[in-house]
Amino acid sequence: MSRNIFRIIFVLFFSVLMAGVVFAASPIKIGALFSVSGPASFLGEPERNTAQMMVAEINKSGGIKGRKLELIVYDTQGDATKAVQAVNKLIKDDKVIAIIGPSTTGDSMAVIPVVEKAEIPLISCAAGIKITDPVKKWVFKTAQNDVLAVAKIYEYLKGQKIAKIAILTVSDGFGSSGREQLTLQSKEFGMQIISDETYGPKDTDMTVQLTKIRDSEAQAIICWGTNPGPAVVARNAKQLGINIPLYMSHGVSSKKFIELAGDGAEGIILPSGRVIVADQLPKSDPQKKALTNYVNKYREHYKVEGDHFGGHAWDAIMLLKGAIERGGKSPAAIRDQLEKTKKFVGIGGTFSYSPQDHAGLTSDAFVLVQIKQNDWKLIK
Amino acid sequence: MTKEKRQIIIFLVFALAILITPFFLQGSYFLNVLVFVGINTMLAVALNLLLGYAGQISLGHAAFFGLGAYISSILTTRFSLDPWLIIILAAVCAAALAFAIGFPILKLKGHYLAMATLGLGIIMYIVFNETVGWTGGPSGLSGIPNLHIGSWIFDNDLYNYYLIWIITIIVMLLSINLSRSRIGRALRAIHDSEVAARVMGVNAQILKVQIFTVSALISSVAGSLYAHIMSFISPVSFGFNFSVELVTMVVVGGLGSIYGSFLGAAILTILPEFLRVFRDLDIVIYGLMLILMTMFMPGGLIGGIQSIAENAYTKLKGKTNSNA
Amino acid sequence: MNSFRQLFQYILSGLSNGAIYALIGFGFAIIHNATGIINFAQGEFVMLGGMLALFFLTILKLPLVPSIVLAILVSTIVGMSFERLAIRPLKNAKPLNLIIITIGASIFIRGMAMLIWGKDTHALPAFSGNDPLYIAGATILPQHLWIFALTILIIIASRIFFNYSLVGKAMRACAYNPQAASLVGIDVKIMVLLSFVISSAIGSMAGIIIAPLTMTSYDVGIMLGLKGFCAVIIGGMSSGLGTVLGGLLLGLLEALGAGFISASYKDAIAFIILLVILFIRPEGLFKKKETERV
Repeated sequence: MSRNIFRIIFVLFFSVLMAGVVFAASPIKIGALFSVSGPASFLGEPERNTAQMMVAEINKSGGIKGRKLELIVYDTQGDATKAVQAVNKLIKDDKVIAIIGPSTTGDSMAVIPVVEKAEIPLISCAAGIKITDPVKKWVFKTAQNDVLAVAKIYEYLKGQKIAKIAILTVSDGFGSSGREQLTLQSKEFGMQIISDETYGPKDTDMTVQLTKIRDSEAQAIICWGTNPGPAVVARNAKQLGINIPLYMSHGVSSKKFIELAGDGAEGIILPSGRVIVADQLPKSDPQKKALTNYVNKYREHYKVEGDHFGGHAWDAIMLLKGAIERGGKSPAAIRDQLEKTKKFVGIGGTFSYSPQDHAGLTSDAFVLVQIKQNDWKLIK
Repeated sequence: MTKEKRQIIIFLVFALAILITPFFLQGSYFLNVLVFVGINTMLAVALNLLLGYAGQISLGHAAFFGLGAYISSILTTRFSLDPWLIIILAAVCAAALAFAIGFPILKLKGHYLAMATLGLGIIMYIVFNETVGWTGGPSGLSGIPNLHIGSWIFDNDLYNYYLIWIITIIVMLLSINLSRSRIGRALRAIHDSEVAARVMGVNAQILKVQIFTVSALISSVAGSLYAHIMSFISPVSFGFNFSVELVTMVVVGGLGSIYGSFLGAAILTILPEFLRVFRDLDIVIYGLMLILMTMFMPGGLIGGIQSIAENAYTKLKGKTNSNA
Repeated sequence: MNSFRQLFQYILSGLSNGAIYALIGFGFAIIHNATGIINFAQGEFVMLGGMLALFFLTILKLPLVPSIVLAILVSTIVGMSFERLAIRPLKNAKPLNLIIITIGASIFIRGMAMLIWGKDTHALPAFSGNDPLYIAGATILPQHLWIFALTILIIIASRIFFNYSLVGKAMRACAYNPQAASLVGIDVKIMVLLSFVISSAIGSMAGIIIAPLTMTSYDVGIMLGLKGFCAVIIGGMSSGLGTVLGGLLLGLLEALGAGFISASYKDAIAFIILLVILFIRPEGLFKKKETERV
């Protein structure tokens, strides 16, 4: 009962607000699912912050075609059950016409059947390749595939004449997806995985795994995970006196990793979206303008730097904006316009969708960076 | 009106209310929430049999929920067998596991039992997470088919609502019957004092294991149904956090009360809807609820409601008596 | 030679982790021996120690030593409040209710930590630098030495306290028989409070000293608490050498299992050991068998 009262009050309040600003036009309702709390909050929080910031900016400059955007955000807590409940609420209760997110591959896979059935377009901010491969009519994504990240590292390793590697991956969605790709693409780049170790997301000591790796013939270690695990790995590696090069995944492309890993971070190479080295990019880079814009705006609003993950939400909102501007009013029209997106310059890369490709990026969406003196250095 | 007649009427009213609710919620999102309330009620009732009646604490009950979900999912996606048969198969597996492990585990008491069940729950979670080849590991398992009877496919809220609630109502009925039977009385005796019960001739060991097995069986069925409704599962939903949530539901509703389990499940499923506004506050509130309920209302909400009702009844009786 | 070096590294890593588990296990043992309760919230005191120290160090910008002292102090106050507010009023409650209350408390404390400090992981600076020390080809960090030192200190301190001091002996008396103890003039209520004070202090000390190694966040308490509990079960709930041996054994078996069987099932190994001990010898490996009073 009181829930209805809440709703009535909220609706009245909002209507009054709206009446005062835009008299006749109704807002465009967009839903957002982010894992703001829980194990994947390092994804969900910057994504939610970015999305809210972007919507506020868009509305400040008059909205889209005169209509304001209304963003309804729900926290999935990184739990598939809650994600499904939330997406149902967005579709049936809040009656949104498009949804951005979720933040994790697990949540995304859980909500895909629901949006496919309800025929509402979804732009996921998660990296798993299974989200858009095979292609689903209503599902798009903005985060770069781990396929591309792995390819980038392997390409570099090949250039360094390294052939024997050890992989150390975390036993969660992100890590297992990376492990899958590392294994799948190894032959193509002439890599031999001679040590395949894993660690748990909450593990605090990886010296056992690293000891095994140290005594193998591996010429390089690729660690695939998200904070804080890789930081522990970096420290443990230093402790054990391991001197073969250590590579990381884009999961640690935030300053937090450098902070946590301390001395152990020096020299580590990883693929990342261009956003963290925005200021080191040459002027000719098409993304430079959008990137520096994003980094500065985020710092203005939230006092910290905009990072790689928040960028996924930026791309989702802007892609949606583009689709609506090009004539998307109903969910079906938005979907069609999204699919027609070509060469959209975003934070994660340059997007071009097509009926066969709802991921939109190629391998140049990543650059390789190296950590030098507690900061990122772009590797040309 | 005899007590028995009253109980039957209360149950019928409850069942009727559940069955006609969808007519007032045509196409509403709330129907979807109630489906999850149903699943959680089934689980809470199962746990209550163990926790409330027999007084045996289990902090790893999500494991059986997960076992049912994964067995159903793996067998229906890999080997296209009849899902209904597999639900029964999964339940039998869960029951067998519970039976086997019940004997050594239920010899433990109090904190040791709590820790052992906790450990069991975590071991199962790790198995779900690491056997990537079978379970899909942390990325989860998708493409689980919906259940269907003939041409009725259970892929929308209305059908799922009835599917879950009809089974839940049956489970509740059986549990209420159990509690009123000789077995139920024996369980309560064990709860109060196992030694005394043994002295009176109750085979405590066997009975505890039996109830553990039944509890696991029901939880497994809930898990299988959950998997077919969601069509995607991942280990996260079957971990320690959910086990604690289940215990909270039972405690808040009222240990030993079947309707209490429904109340607890309903509150804990619907509360997050309100708490969406307060985002991160839910852990704190769960903790507070557990502490405050146990300190001030050990009978749970049902206990509280019952005592209010009894107070009102005696007051009424007192009034009519003094007028006579 | 290589495999010897590997084995030795496993052993060293295992012992280092084991010492951590032992420190945490002490807290469980002390409260249990004084009150018969298992304090599920013990792991959260470990978390509080690390988080508070970090808070004082980085937000209030205090130097290292005062931060540590304050962190231990505040954690102890939390422990005392917990005892007064939640445990004391329910002295005669059923074990089931006590378990639920301590679980509720652990969730509550964790939730508050998340609200106050956020979900981020943070690193505490190491006490004496990060350069590894080499022992027979295997390495440990100076921080590990601090952990070993603290563990030894606590063993000695608890030995002296429980065997030679009046207060310590009074606490043991309460553990054996609270009624008899109060008959000879021991204030049982104070003893219970004291046990919580000591446990939360030791717990927070453990948390502070391992934070530079394992980093700290609002939810480190769960796993550490569980492993500490395993340690104390193996050791037989002793507030002395038994728990230390239990912790070391657990750490060792974990490291060896991870090294030679599979690293992904590391946590499962710890819990399987727990179950085996509980099934076969619930009174622990390092204690004489006791009979249960009917």
